[in-house]
Amino acid sequence: MALHTILAFISAAIVQGTPLLFGATGEILTEKSGNLNLGIPGIMYIGGISGIVGGYLYEHFAETPIPILCVLISLLASLLGSTLMALIYSFLTVTLRSNQNVVGLALTTFGVGLGNFYGGSLLKFFGESGSISLLTTGNAYKTKIPFLSDHLGIFGETFLSFGFLVYVAIILALLAQWFLKHTRIGLNLRAVGENPATADAAGINVSLYKYLSTCIGGAIAGLGGLYFVMDYTTGAWTNNGFGDRGWLAIAIVIFALWRPRLAIFSSYVFGGLYIASVYIPGLSGSDKELIKMLPYLVTIAVLVFTSSRKKREHQPPQSLGLPYFREER
Amino acid sequence: MQRDHTQKKRREPLVYITKRSELSLKQSLTIRACVILAGILLCALVTILLTGVNPLRVFASMIEGSFGTPRKIWNLLQSTAILLGISLAVTPAFKMRFWNTGAEGQVLVGMLASVACMFYIGDALPSWLLIIVMLFASILASAVWAGIPGIFKAMWNTNETLFTLMMNYVAMQLVSFFIMLWVPSGSMVLGIVNPQSKNGWFPSLFGQQYLLNILIVAVMTILVYVYLKKSKQGYEISVVGESENTARYIGINVKQVIIRTVLISGALCGVMGWILVAGADHSITSNSVGGNGFTAIMISWMSKFNPIVMIFSSILVCFLQKGAGQIASDLRLNSSVGEVLTGIMILIIISSEFFVNYRIHLRKKQKGGQEA
Repeated sequence: MALHTILAFISAAIVQGTPLLFGATGEILTEKSGNLNLGIPGIMYIGGISGIVGGYLYEHFAETPIPILCVLISLLASLLGSTLMALIYSFLTVTLRSNQNVVGLALTTFGVGLGNFYGGSLLKFFGESGSISLLTTGNAYKTKIPFLSDHLGIFGETFLSFGFLVYVAIILALLAQWFLKHTRIGLNLRAVGENPATADAAGINVSLYKYLSTCIGGAIAGLGGLYFVMDYTTGAWTNNGFGDRGWLAIAIVIFALWRPRLAIFSSYVFGGLYIASVYIPGLSGSDKELIKMLPYLVTIAVLVFTSSRKKREHQPPQSLGLPYFREER
Repeated sequence: MQRDHTQKKRREPLVYITKRSELSLKQSLTIRACVILAGILLCALVTILLTGVNPLRVFASMIEGSFGTPRKIWNLLQSTAILLGISLAVTPAFKMRFWNTGAEGQVLVGMLASVACMFYIGDALPSWLLIIVMLFASILASAVWAGIPGIFKAMWNTNETLFTLMMNYVAMQLVSFFIMLWVPSGSMVLGIVNPQSKNGWFPSLFGQQYLLNILIVAVMTILVYVYLKKSKQGYEISVVGESENTARYIGINVKQVIIRTVLISGALCGVMGWILVAGADHSITSNSVGGNGFTAIMISWMSKFNPIVMIFSSILVCFLQKGAGQIASDLRLNSSVGEVLTGIMILIIISSEFFVNYRIHLRKKQKGGQEA
């Protein structure tokens, strides 16, 4: 296999891994507060479609859309949409004490449905036909880093010629790692996820931490959807195009042992596995399907292995998925 | 600094929450009826906002979509039966607080086993025998699929929510794999199996294709109800669900109960996979279960694991989906409206539980806090 193919594969794996990395970073932050948000796939759809709607409205009404404004407006719309979704989740699970799994699944049904609905019907509302394609916004997102991408030879082409969101994903993951490990607030957050009763007794506002981490986590995860529709597909929406990437992001959280730093690497590995079947020559159609099974099998293996070893630092947050009622201690 | 604050006059919190004592049946039914009515109204409102058509037309379309023709009524009943059946299947595990999010995959491997039987030995056996073989194959496949996470949960307390969730996608890829294997053209579409001989198809009763499916699910409803409410095993399930320590203390073998219940749950999913293949699809795609495995989890939860309540919840959700489908096709909009409305309805019903279980007290004005 030529070097060229390998580099193309790595580059494609990074592209595939970026939405997963956003989702995983968001979900790690959320899970560290003890909230197992299974609504992440829905939130990522909403992040994508909100960006599309924001971008579309601007491109539709502005006479000559300015690229930088396209980016800003769709970015804000996306953040707003996914934060709202996460807010619904927090309100239902923290304030109204509903079951986390059920709320998460309902939110995913809702989010995927709403995404597909607007994606499929947005143009009809404005009396147009065809499918959504926001070229100006999409290309603005795809803008490469000017000098670096074409002056560093093959290294620049492989690693430095992505749209800015790829680097945002890495920076956010590193920030999340630093935040969880090296700040007081991060320590408090982990305490909330491990044992909310103890955290509460220590004077930490459990509900506030749960709300904030879930909403910020949701906003970050939503960026994954935004990256997918804006950069990967250049501003086009296809129904169910995002596929099962949201669940894959949740798988990465397990694979990375709840560490954002490891999530970076894991996301690219999973991104690579997602498309590996295209790059391995001589595979039959059915073998390709088996290879696509790998990310899930690997995740299961990690889950079983860590639970059997019982090493404390490799476990999920202890109160993950459990509600906290102060009155029921 | 800190001291100064505590010196301040203590104020009661703005709201505080207490647990309600048991509501009477009438009260709780009234609350729930109101909630569902409010939910339907909100769904209509959202549809109007999304589509801009007048509300009467929305309701007319919804009723038309579910009850418009005898055929539509049968379709509604069929969807309800499938959703109800899968909800029943996940319930024993759920009642035990085993968060099985893998019903989607468990039903799918059940379907796969049935289709495989039709594909490989479809011509060798008479149809009635083939149908029985398919049933056992499906039950076995689904029970294994559910049993794997169950065993790990019992042995090492492996997180079952995440495990079963991953198993869904393994199942989907497995189906894609077999379709690629069976369809040499690579079109990824299996098509209907045995369209001529109808081997391995349920017979139509009284000329109705779906009647047998509905009857099987009806029997299943009764069996699950009796099993959960009246049998010793059903009691053990509730105890383990309420408190594992209590269960251990009164001499229940917790590991055994977990594995047994999860196997039963999986086996019931297998029955549903069998019904889907033999009684409806006669084929399989990786998306054959169509999210019903996830919706079933929500149905089971919002019905509080009660099989009788699940009948009504399933009808409600299927009605919303069919109605929304009709609106979408009338207005030539995207058919995802159904999912949006289902999501809203379920979120509303789940959140309303709070008001059934808890009571909110607002701080009284002036000096109300004299602890009466």
